[in-house]
Amino acid sequence: MNWEVIIKWLPRLAEGALLTLELVAIAVIAGLILALPMGIARASKQWYVRALPYGYIFFFRGTPLLVQLFLIYYGLAQFDAVRQGPLWPYLRDPYWCAVLTMTLHTAAYIAEILRGAIQAVPQGEVEAARALGMSKAQAMLHIILPRAARIGLPAYSNEVILMLKASALASTVTLLELTGMARTIIARTYLPVEIFFAAGMFYLVIAFVLVRGFRLLERWLRVDACQGR
Amino acid sequence: MAEAAPALEIRNLHKRYGDLEVLKGISLTARDGDVISILGSSGSGKSTFLRCINLLENPHKGEIIVAGETLKLKAAKNGELIAADNRQINRLRSEIGFVFQNFNLWPHMSVLDNIIEAPRRVLGQSRAQATEVAEALLAKVGISDKRHVYPNQLSGGQQQRAAIARTLAMQPKVILFDEPTSALDPEMVQEVLNVIRALAEEGRTMLLVTHEMGFARQVSSEVVFLHQGLVEEQGSPAQVFDSPNSARCKQFMSSNR
Repeated sequence: MNWEVIIKWLPRLAEGALLTLELVAIAVIAGLILALPMGIARASKQWYVRALPYGYIFFFRGTPLLVQLFLIYYGLAQFDAVRQGPLWPYLRDPYWCAVLTMTLHTAAYIAEILRGAIQAVPQGEVEAARALGMSKAQAMLHIILPRAARIGLPAYSNEVILMLKASALASTVTLLELTGMARTIIARTYLPVEIFFAAGMFYLVIAFVLVRGFRLLERWLRVDACQGR
Repeated sequence: MAEAAPALEIRNLHKRYGDLEVLKGISLTARDGDVISILGSSGSGKSTFLRCINLLENPHKGEIIVAGETLKLKAAKNGELIAADNRQINRLRSEIGFVFQNFNLWPHMSVLDNIIEAPRRVLGQSRAQATEVAEALLAKVGISDKRHVYPNQLSGGQQQRAAIARTLAMQPKVILFDEPTSALDPEMVQEVLNVIRALAEEGRTMLLVTHEMGFARQVSSEVVFLHQGLVEEQGSPAQVFDSPNSARCKQFMSSNR
């Protein structure tokens, strides 16, 4: 193992790691915002409300992230309407294509996590809210969602870790995030073992910090105390 | 009208689950200050009846009148009656307190937050205002020292007392108790009954579904015995407990002595 090479290229790998973090952070936060209305709709008792986000979730969970990324990065450019549209400056940029794809993809998963969490809120606690005179919307906003957030948090943290690793696919559309950067460096140094080892270490450290962070958040939100009764 | 409208009036309430008729036409009137105990064996429809009053359960037929105001109902596709006016049902629910067998406190909130949540959201009270009321209620139910504690750190009896305080914070005109002590172990039953007794002595209007016969006899102004979805016996505690007319009620009372 050539440690000198690893140390020499650490700053560039850190740059890549930073881009990885940026992609994942935007995707899981924007994805969460996008997933909120979808998750709520999925938990509805009305079949037509439930059906609305179904197609979306079906598509994004049923196809590989890589295919989705290629569809947006290579596919959209084929349409004149897109090329002449106001969003073209963004949609021609691999960075925004990756951000968009990852966001849409993870939103589908988060929406399903949220649906499960909302449905797992004990019925009696919802009844208590309604019996006190809260409207459906008030009960959802003030009782069900805060409660569901705690139920779904462990699954959400899992999804964030999955997205961290899935973000490596962004390297296929020329982005120099951690994996892309590692491949670029290897093309120069011909040392795949050292550089991929170092990149793997970066992923491990990021994942470790994320897991710890979510652990703290769970403790702060008293997730354990809310399970069971 | 010579007399003020009763606090709560239920007329001819019917409820069925599929083909099973649980309530076959129950009527009940509670005047201000009445404490009405509803007794009956399991499956006689007592809890269902109570839950129908504030539409936690949807009846199939009947009228619900709260302080002279008729609850507007409309038929849903499945034949159940649902609230026709969401604003009205939310307002009436805020005026009808409901205490659950399983407390149903929100476990992610402290006891104090549990109590001030609905007054803030529904009645529009400020946090300071609601907290002031809540502190007084916590003192009243005897758990002042537990205000910053979370529900899972309380005993069952304390949880139920917190749940009663949460209900009282809405200043309800009528309180419905659905087997409030059935999920408690014997030691804790008394502390909850004492709180309910104190409320009865304040002159609050209450409907109480319970299996605590001795207690029902002490606090009630009226006792209703349900059997197979109908009112089988109704009257003063002395009459229902000591000299019931119906054979079924007689049998039930003697087995609970």
